[in-house]
Amino acid sequence: MSTPFYVSPQQAMADRAEYARKGIARGRSLVVLQYADGIVFVGENPSRALHKFSEIYDRIGFAAAGKYNEYENLRIGGVRYADLRGYTYDRDDVTARGLANVYAQTLGTIFSSAGEKPYEVELVVAEVGTSPEGDQIYRLPHDGSIVDEHGSVAVGGNAEQIGNFLDQRHRDGMSLAEALKLAVQALSRDTNGSEREIPAERLEVAVLDRTRPQSRKFKRIVGRQLARLLESQEPATTPTDAESDEAETSED
Amino acid sequence: MEPNTRSTGRLPAAFLTPGSSSFMDFLADHSPELLPGRRTLPPVQGVIEAPHGTTIVAASFPGGVVLAGDRRATMGNMIAQRDIEKVFPSDEYSAVGIAGTAGLAVEMVKLFQLELEHFEKVEGAQLSLEGKANRLSTMIRSNLGMAMQGLAVVPLFAGWDLERERGRIFSYDVTGGRSEEHGFAATGSGSLFARGSMKKLYREDLTEQQAVTLVVQALYDAADDDSATGGPDVARRIYPIVAVITEDGYRRLTEAESSEIARSILERRLEQPDGPRAELL
Repeated sequence: MSTPFYVSPQQAMADRAEYARKGIARGRSLVVLQYADGIVFVGENPSRALHKFSEIYDRIGFAAAGKYNEYENLRIGGVRYADLRGYTYDRDDVTARGLANVYAQTLGTIFSSAGEKPYEVELVVAEVGTSPEGDQIYRLPHDGSIVDEHGSVAVGGNAEQIGNFLDQRHRDGMSLAEALKLAVQALSRDTNGSEREIPAERLEVAVLDRTRPQSRKFKRIVGRQLARLLESQEPATTPTDAESDEAETSED
Repeated sequence: MEPNTRSTGRLPAAFLTPGSSSFMDFLADHSPELLPGRRTLPPVQGVIEAPHGTTIVAASFPGGVVLAGDRRATMGNMIAQRDIEKVFPSDEYSAVGIAGTAGLAVEMVKLFQLELEHFEKVEGAQLSLEGKANRLSTMIRSNLGMAMQGLAVVPLFAGWDLERERGRIFSYDVTGGRSEEHGFAATGSGSLFARGSMKKLYREDLTEQQAVTLVVQALYDAADDDSATGGPDVARRIYPIVAVITEDGYRRLTEAESSEIARSILERRLEQPDGPRAELL
């Protein structure tokens, strides 16, 4: 019988993190942004049927990058969690914070248990509030940590670069068209800095719209409505540039 | 039963196990005690006294279907509640009205709504209207044990069929037997009178407004002859609940709209207590 090699815990964790990150990087990135009336999810997705974004509960949406079968499994687990909780207690007792915690525990325990393969996914759980101050966005990396985000967040392989781009240009109170165009701009930048075109039919867009009269706020934006939003003449970058310039000068 | 396992807070294995898209199936596997049909009642002598909801009516028109219910709940000869709601949206394109034991019926509606919503979220597509109607059938059947002890629930289900592009109405019996109704239908204690009323007034080419008036007339006639059905209560401003389902989805008439129709019907009944007359031949 052979003796197993000793691997230090640090090394084991680093290996697992490396493995998960590589898996996630194979998928395309996606972004989640706050806008005046809610939260918009934007990603490049050539499939019409296999979604990256979906509804979990009345005000809660889900976005994921990485391995499809793994995040689909987590998504259905989340829907079951939310529906069972709402059925046992009340619809108001289902919150994004609770769901994010459950996901974090699930990702974290699997990540640190040596026997199981870590999830190759990065999730976003978002809840739209009655006002922009009530919006909550949580990012859940593969290791089960929780990051409470504000304004904009990017996940996936190229997330860091896209995230920086968004941080500089995103501002509170953007219209849906502005936010959507900013998101597409961010997604169409390649790692080497060059831009490419993402046609509308390859985009998957969904919103959590607080102005919807129904209690279920999640809605997919497809077809004509998507084209109209992308074509609208509202400038996506100019006012933000001016604002960031101002911010820089006031800092000086 | 809490959704979390207390030890680690992670999702229990049952949540992550691939399974069917039905919330009821999930409940049956994971926490069967939460399913209404799993309850066993001790043998009871006589009838269990609990509030009962009464009359629900529905009628279809070329652009959709209307579903309406009175507001009275009775317990024996007592009025248990004057402003109970018995018509609920089950999802964006369908609604369910309930007659029978109120407590159980409201619980059944809640589970039915969740069943449809859960399926839609998991599958990314809605059930067909036929599928929804069948699901409701299964739920009533699971209540048969209690129905035999006097706690029956008999709903009326109506919705817009997205494939066939028309409104459809389904009625049920206590055993879960389901039948599609053409034109109009009624259930509950006042249903005999409501059906008679609609039979004389119904035409196939009604407008939405006329269909709404038709069902409110029918509820008035039911309340006129059945003590368990409540008529429009002008003094307390309690009017029937009317839901319209069309291609655009479910819409519940506002209080202003339903009170206007109820008041204009009342007005006419002051002159003609038996309501509009149908032709003799």
